[in-house]
Amino acid sequence: MSGGHSSYTPNTGIEKWVDARLPLPRLIYDSFVAYPVPRNLNYAYAFGGILAIMLVAQIITGVVLAMHYAAETGLAFNSVEKIMRDVNSGWLLRYLHSNGASMFFLAVWVHIFRGLYYGSYKAPRELLWILGVIILLLMMATAFMGYVLPWGQMSFWGATVITGFFTAFPIIGDPIQQLLLGGFAVDNPTLNRFFSLHYLLPFMIAGVVILHVWALHVTGQTNPTGIEVKSKTDTVAFTPYATIKDAFALSLFLILFAYFVFYMPNYMGHPDNYIPADSLKTPAHIVPEWYFLPFYAMLRAITFNIGPINSKLGGVLTMFGSIAILFVVPWLDTSKVRSAVYRPWYKLFFWIFVANAIMLGWLGSRPAEGIYTILSQLGTAFYFGFFIIIMPLLGLIETPRRIPNSITEAVLAKTKSGGQPAGVAAAPETKG
Amino acid sequence: MKKILLGLAAAGLGTMLAFGGGAFAEEAAHNAAEPTHFPIKHPEQMKWSFAGPFGTYDKQQLQRGLKIYKEVCSACHSMKLVAFRSLSELGYSEAQVKAFAAEYEVKDGPNAEGEMFTRKAIPADHFPAPFANEQAAAAANNGAAPPDFSLIAKARAVERGFPQFLIDIFWGQYQEGGPDYIHALLTGFGETPPEGMKIPEGTHYNPYFIAAKSLAMAQPLQDGQVTYDDGSPQTLAQYSKDVSAFLMWAAEPHLEDRKKTGFRVMIFLVLFAGLLYVAKRRIWADIEH
Repeated sequence: MSGGHSSYTPNTGIEKWVDARLPLPRLIYDSFVAYPVPRNLNYAYAFGGILAIMLVAQIITGVVLAMHYAAETGLAFNSVEKIMRDVNSGWLLRYLHSNGASMFFLAVWVHIFRGLYYGSYKAPRELLWILGVIILLLMMATAFMGYVLPWGQMSFWGATVITGFFTAFPIIGDPIQQLLLGGFAVDNPTLNRFFSLHYLLPFMIAGVVILHVWALHVTGQTNPTGIEVKSKTDTVAFTPYATIKDAFALSLFLILFAYFVFYMPNYMGHPDNYIPADSLKTPAHIVPEWYFLPFYAMLRAITFNIGPINSKLGGVLTMFGSIAILFVVPWLDTSKVRSAVYRPWYKLFFWIFVANAIMLGWLGSRPAEGIYTILSQLGTAFYFGFFIIIMPLLGLIETPRRIPNSITEAVLAKTKSGGQPAGVAAAPETKG
Repeated sequence: MKKILLGLAAAGLGTMLAFGGGAFAEEAAHNAAEPTHFPIKHPEQMKWSFAGPFGTYDKQQLQRGLKIYKEVCSACHSMKLVAFRSLSELGYSEAQVKAFAAEYEVKDGPNAEGEMFTRKAIPADHFPAPFANEQAAAAANNGAAPPDFSLIAKARAVERGFPQFLIDIFWGQYQEGGPDYIHALLTGFGETPPEGMKIPEGTHYNPYFIAAKSLAMAQPLQDGQVTYDDGSPQTLAQYSKDVSAFLMWAAEPHLEDRKKTGFRVMIFLVLFAGLLYVAKRRIWADIEH
């Protein structure tokens, strides 16, 4: 698909018959067998494949769980407990699904950080990146609504807080919130529509994933050097090379996944969600799932009014803005060099950005008071500063390191000097 | 790859250094007489037979715990999600489970005449609740309805704090916050409140209570209160451990199955990953990358 002509040759009569009518085997062969991938991809590039598998796994466990789940406020909590206690292997399905959501986000954060590190969003891959951000938004909506379904205390109060965000908007806010809730408070209509949408959105994600992979196969993958593929020696065939490497990475990821499912299934959940929802008892601290904590911290960091924007609206805009800004990253980065490997300053700021994101996550789990609020404000400022100031500025003032002429040259230089690329000490594309 | 890991390590370290301080500051902010963070004291970490990757329930202990629940706790606390039939997992025979269920009366109906009636419980029934509804439970208990016990061991856990919660992932696989909390609460009633602390009337000071300095429940268990027939010590310490273990079972009846399955899955995945790694090495052997 990536510009080259198809190398698929149907051998048997059946293959020829199908190929003349619906060349699906040809599409699969060209996309996942003969498709050329850069030869220097490291394991950070395995997370796309891992995410595809996680999406399928979540859909399969979710479809079976839906057979036993009852989306009605009086039944929902107990129907989940029935799955845990009486449905054959129900505990396994449910723990796979709930921990699967966490693993899905773990993988997607690594995938996004990888994109930021190697400049995967830069031309000509802007649409590829934007489709990825759309997938992220859909994932966030799906995960949030899924968390409401067990109808525990955190489900109920999480739904109350998050749908409450929309009331911050003047005029349109209240109607939007009422549309989301199906009423004036979180109740049965809310649960029903969330269940319906929670079942729908994963298939929309699958649809956007197809576009995402399509766009990827048009432009080809980036690689740790950030240099475009120039000749045949720069690439290897997807199968067996990328397939086996991705399969190995996936098996390691599954070990981590299984570790949580079988040994610490409730580690990433909140104990309060084992208490049935009660609209009269507010939990001491309402906290979202861990993968939303950085955004929650940024929401609560805005404790002051900015002109006509009150602190509530400011917080909501900041939180939505923190995702929205990802859409324009391809145009915020002014650097001519793609990969952080050859950008010493960007590399430094990237890792500070990662540390800052982790810190914001921790702050999101703390009560919004005292020193935590100040730290959240600093963290939020850096988060936006990274995109709005550092990214455009560094591209103009930074002196990048010398870039090899081709992927092949980079690879050969590395092996010649004993595993180290010329001029780059222990670069991330080191054999792995 | 190495660089990525190093970078991650540095990032983690920096975060820890900067915010470990904040976490300690939070701990130090406690005011002895009028604390604002609960529980006042962290629960002691106990040894549980069901902890760790090979943990199993001690059936004798669960039977003792069931006895305590039946004779003491069930006077106020329901356990609606647990069916009598599941008691066979505690080592009871079918006949014993039947006999145990028959000691309870449950409401059924309507019958052919349209009347509701009570009958002896059968193994398929769940533990009946001590009160007709939550309002009745609250009215009989100083306004605070005693919580249901089906999931209490998973619905309560004291935050472990930074950096312990990270250490917990790989060192110890700590998942026993619930039973540790229950044990600490049950044994924590004897302590005297610090000087100057005001305890609201009708409540009882307990520094391990997760939501306040005192709770509506008085000390429920005392030494010698329940008679054990297996010779175990009839002490508060033993009672608290046994009933905590029982409540863990009630909340997570498939724990043993989960851990056993997990071990098989892990062995498979590790072998599978090993084979894939060898295959990967062979396939990539002649490609510089």
